[in-house]
Amino acid sequence: MISNFHSVKLDADKCKGCTNCIKRCPTEAIRVHDGKATIIEERCIDCGECIRSCPNHAKFAVTDGLDKLSAYKYNIALPAPSFFGQFKNQEHIEDILHAFLRLGFDEVFEVALAAEVVAYIVHRHLMADRVQKPLFSSACPAVLRLMQIKFPDLLKQCAPVLTPMEVAARLAKEDVRKKTGLSPEEIGTFFISPCPAKVTEMKHPIATQHSAVDGVIGANLIFKDILKEIIKINGHGKPAGLQRATSQGMAWGFVTGESKNVDFGRSLAVSGIHNVISLLDEIERGELQDVDFLELQACTGGCVGGPLNTTNLFVGRVRLRDLIKRFGPKEPFFDEKKLAEFYGKGEFEAAKPFEPRFLMPLDEDVAQALIKMERLDQITNDLPGLDCGACGSPSCRALAEDVIRGIAYETDCVIKLKEKVRTLADGILDLARITPQVPPDSSKHE
Amino acid sequence: MSADNLQFTPQIKLEFKINEKDFFVAGESASRVKKTLQQLGLHQEIIKKVAIIIYEAAMNVAIHGDHGMLRIYIDPVSILVETDDEGDGIPDIELAMQEGYSTASHEIREMGFGAGMGLYNIDQCSDELHIDSKVGIGTKLQAKVYLTKKEPNSDYSS
Repeated sequence: MISNFHSVKLDADKCKGCTNCIKRCPTEAIRVHDGKATIIEERCIDCGECIRSCPNHAKFAVTDGLDKLSAYKYNIALPAPSFFGQFKNQEHIEDILHAFLRLGFDEVFEVALAAEVVAYIVHRHLMADRVQKPLFSSACPAVLRLMQIKFPDLLKQCAPVLTPMEVAARLAKEDVRKKTGLSPEEIGTFFISPCPAKVTEMKHPIATQHSAVDGVIGANLIFKDILKEIIKINGHGKPAGLQRATSQGMAWGFVTGESKNVDFGRSLAVSGIHNVISLLDEIERGELQDVDFLELQACTGGCVGGPLNTTNLFVGRVRLRDLIKRFGPKEPFFDEKKLAEFYGKGEFEAAKPFEPRFLMPLDEDVAQALIKMERLDQITNDLPGLDCGACGSPSCRALAEDVIRGIAYETDCVIKLKEKVRTLADGILDLARITPQVPPDSSKHE
Repeated sequence: MSADNLQFTPQIKLEFKINEKDFFVAGESASRVKKTLQQLGLHQEIIKKVAIIIYEAAMNVAIHGDHGMLRIYIDPVSILVETDDEGDGIPDIELAMQEGYSTASHEIREMGFGAGMGLYNIDQCSDELHIDSKVGIGTKLQAKVYLTKKEPNSDYSS
């Protein structure tokens, strides 16, 4: 079933009705009506591009808070690799992990470790003879959602594998279940997220029926709490062995990390949703058949560029790289035999195919749709072609489409409105110049 | 639905001018038409085929023609992609249709084009293909894709 749940929301009080977000939205999902932005739910892919571009911080992501931990007997934090790049360089990875325990989590499981498992599985998929290349990464849920509506034909080339977040939740839950004897419902798993798309992915996963992730906490919400704990720890009394992911898994935090970890043949890594779209356009026309693996990230720079991160993307990237250099690499936690076992069991394979999401056509009937399209072309030609966005639609063509769909008027265009006013004013002037046939009798009052 | 039930057959025409060695118009027009076809609610397979035909046909004009036009006609039954150019012309159409056959110059190949897949791909994607060509004068290409899986001239109502 297709759900219209979205993590990205609007704070109407903060929205000033400017048009920054409508121009940046990659799927033209936002309109400004009556001075406030509205999101067209069926088009939104939760990429968070609008959160980034809103100067008034009116767009935000609905994520969970630490209060949700009380719903479970045993809680596990699942920090994304990019989270470790948020801190200034003096912290040891071990300290950051330890801070989660001090904050009330019973366990901390690095998503980077699960990423290494995913990389191995994707590598094995690439080795199969009948795989269609390039094989696309399916780790970024915003890219998958983009493909569902804009490139449905390419979905079959996406690696049919669960996301590192999902694999981490499953591995962590199983560990704890074995260790404590608790049932899976009593164990809470919380992903520490750089982006809103992961919230949507938890509620309505694309590759599986039910997610093993129980909550998603925005990196922006937990950053301060973690930082306070790190300061308290001050390098003392760190529990050993919390850090299990190698530099390979940690590098998934920025673009190219994933393809280096997958390590198969020729690969290409692209980040930034608009770059991803232009590349997918090329691939759809048959380009790049000589590439084996394609890493696609919605955020510029990869997950360190996520809209919920607190640190500038480039600063975050250099910090993460430094951390990796200083504290890795070491021996992988899962050996080749264990990884092969994961692959063999098939438990981290996608449980359902990636389904397209079709947007509403102009009309269900093709002939009627064509008539509407003709009208749409006419209206577009009549509009000034400035794509200024002042009407509340992202482009002149989008306004024409909105007119056809009955949610806007041509006079929402300020240029059109001015033309109409001038015509009207000319008309009034013409009327004023007409001398009445019967002149008013001015002598009567004299 | 049937187009015959309407008083007239609605048709949209999209037109693009292609100048010599204008390698951008091919991609731009393919993207633009793809969006239009998606708004019309057409099947993904059809959209993909048409996008490939447009891209390859426009590329052929840019590579081999001096200049030309790309026109796309959409009606409820079919989509016709037409290119009309003044240019090299094709001496042997049958040979040119073969996979990998190319007469593109070294310069064009250096740019990553001219792999000899153009006409072959167009043929693979279209339901009907007509090419008229005169060497040294130009080429007119017409590729048709039907909106239903049925053969042309059969009943389209569903």
